[in-house]
Amino acid sequence: MKILVPVKRVIDYNVKVRVKSDETGVDLANVKMSMNPFDEIAVEEAVRLKEAGTAEEIVAISIGPEKAQDQIRQALAMGADRGILIKTDETVEPLAVAKLLKAVADEEKPDLMILGKQAIDDDSNQTGQMLAALLGWAQGTFASKVEKDGEALKVTREIDGGLQTISIKLPAIVTTDLRLNEPRYASLPNIMKAKKKPLDVKDVGEFGVDISPRLETLKVTEPPKREAGVKVESVAELVEKLKNEAGVL
Amino acid sequence: MAVLVVADIHGNKIDDSTHKTVSAAKAIGGDVDILVAGSGAVDAAAAAAKIAGVRKVLHADAAQYANRLAEPFADLIVSLASDYEAILKAATTTGKNVMPRVAALLDVMQISEIVAVEAPDTFVRPVYAGNAMQTVKSNDAKKVITVRATSFAAAGEDGAAEVISVDAPADAGLSSFVGEELTKSERPELTGAKIVISGGRALASYENFEQYIFPIADKLGAAVGASRAAVDAGYVPNDYQVGQTGKVVAPELYIAVGISGAIQHLAGMKDSKVIVAINKDEEAPIFQIADYGLVADLFKALPELDEALG
Ligand SMILES: Cc1cc2nc3c(=O)[nH]c(=O)nc-3n(C[C@H](O)[C@H](O)[C@H](O)COP(=O)(O)OP(=O)(O)OC[C@H]3O[C@@H](n4cnc5c(N)ncnc54)[C@H](O)[C@@H]3O)c2cc1C
Ligand SMILES: Nc1ncnc2c1ncn2[C@@H]1O[C@H](COP(=O)(O)O)[C@@H](O)[C@H]1O
Repeated sequence: MKILVPVKRVIDYNVKVRVKSDETGVDLANVKMSMNPFDEIAVEEAVRLKEAGTAEEIVAISIGPEKAQDQIRQALAMGADRGILIKTDETVEPLAVAKLLKAVADEEKPDLMILGKQAIDDDSNQTGQMLAALLGWAQGTFASKVEKDGEALKVTREIDGGLQTISIKLPAIVTTDLRLNEPRYASLPNIMKAKKKPLDVKDVGEFGVDISPRLETLKVTEPPKREAGVKVESVAELVEKLKNEAGVL
Repeated sequence: MAVLVVADIHGNKIDDSTHKTVSAAKAIGGDVDILVAGSGAVDAAAAAAKIAGVRKVLHADAAQYANRLAEPFADLIVSLASDYEAILKAATTTGKNVMPRVAALLDVMQISEIVAVEAPDTFVRPVYAGNAMQTVKSNDAKKVITVRATSFAAAGEDGAAEVISVDAPADAGLSSFVGEELTKSERPELTGAKIVISGGRALASYENFEQYIFPIADKLGAAVGASRAAVDAGYVPNDYQVGQTGKVVAPELYIAVGISGAIQHLAGMKDSKVIVAINKDEEAPIFQIADYGLVADLFKALPELDEALG
């Protein structure tokens, strides 16, 4: 089977973002950017399916600036076969991302697309589900286990009460949860090899998709600050304070 | 103007997140209806009808709704959408699974996990693991919204709405239910609990949760949570995870034990009223947001706490 894996360039998960003083957004100047952690899990899963002989080809796709090639190269170094960058400097909302990915899917005709469950910048948790809707495909979201099962896919999903297992018809969309796998580090030889793998760069304009935002950001502000409280010396003091000062026991 | 709240039900019970989502719907304004979809689920529909300020309850009864599969559930919501200006559902795993599918079918950009309603078209939502709050105005004619339930008070229960049946669209049969492995617990549900005690990597095993955390939870009537590290290591099930990509809690009292305080964890608990941190490293970031910090070895402090609680 053929697998498409969309990977998003996002602020590195270790960076504590700062809100700009003019409240128009967060400060992205000179901060470390990385592949969205859930997308690394998606690439890893695709590569494992290829190693198991279930998949033949993996295509990594990113929608973003020129620099998003770095994240595609990382996917290639992890084991993807080729990459597609849909270039734009605009912020593209999940609905528009899903429409662009649908256009790619219509052309590439994959059997499976694996996305992250959530991008850690917009925290939207939407794109995979939207893409499934636009394609009219089944969706297996928040996956912690994926197994090929004849013409279907058996997906174990992390849900609020525990785990749910469903069977979805192919072609399908899967979105990854944290415990699906542990992504590998790309080895140096594989990083070198990745530089020679094909990476197609297309302009977002080629797709005829309206990417103008539906949500207008009026402002971005700091969350309410929590002041550090006091250190207590003992368990007895803690219990006393919780009873008499905080009134929560 | 009318707003549709899609209920979360478990078996035949209505989840408390529905009551909170109704409050968010009321803040938008207009008539509020509730959709209850299930197989049977007559009791859940009756319970929804009691939620205060609800105009009517739409009850869809069909086998394909028994396990909340995204595809038929989304098709049902879309079939009812023309009567509503806004459709809301709590940002539970079911809400997160189904609502973006609804939004795309309606060609609408979903507004995820709102924590406040500023105007019928303007909402506040956290981004970047809660390190920034974004105020967004939706220019879509119809709003599709998921709601962070902990940010809204629960609507009361003195209502008497009428329950009407709605037709189920044909099931396209894209997916089927195989099985469920639900965590069994006598303790309160994490997102609704008044007190939460969470353990981190430092707990080192399930047995230590059992020996050190559970007895205190039971004395306090608390829910048990965990950091990602504790879940990844298999000490406790996945649905214990509190954080950016787990559950968001806002109890009266949150006790973090052996948790360092990574931003992804803080994102899920920093709106708690009172935060207690027990950690042996006095530099641990969790202390920067804790109201009461105890620098101690948890294996010594927790038995003392258990004892002090009598
Ligand atoms: C995409 C992504 C999403 C994530 N989502 C989440 C999420 O939703 N929730 C979440 O929690 N994390 C999440 N994380 C992980 C997060 O970054 C941290 O790795 C995690 O929270 C650390 O867990 P911890 O505090 O238990 O472990 P550690 O950071 O290892 O901290 C253990 C703490 O225990 C203390 N300790 C050790 N021994 C003792 C003792 N005997 N007594 C007392 N204290 C002791 C140590 O001083 C230390 O502070 C996510 C990460 C990524 C990349
Ligand atoms: N600009 C993008 N380029 C490639 N993939 C994306 C992009 N935006 C979102 N995705 C994919 O959609 C997932 C969920 O993103 P979101 O819906 O924004 O939380 C991500 O983990 C990616 O797999």
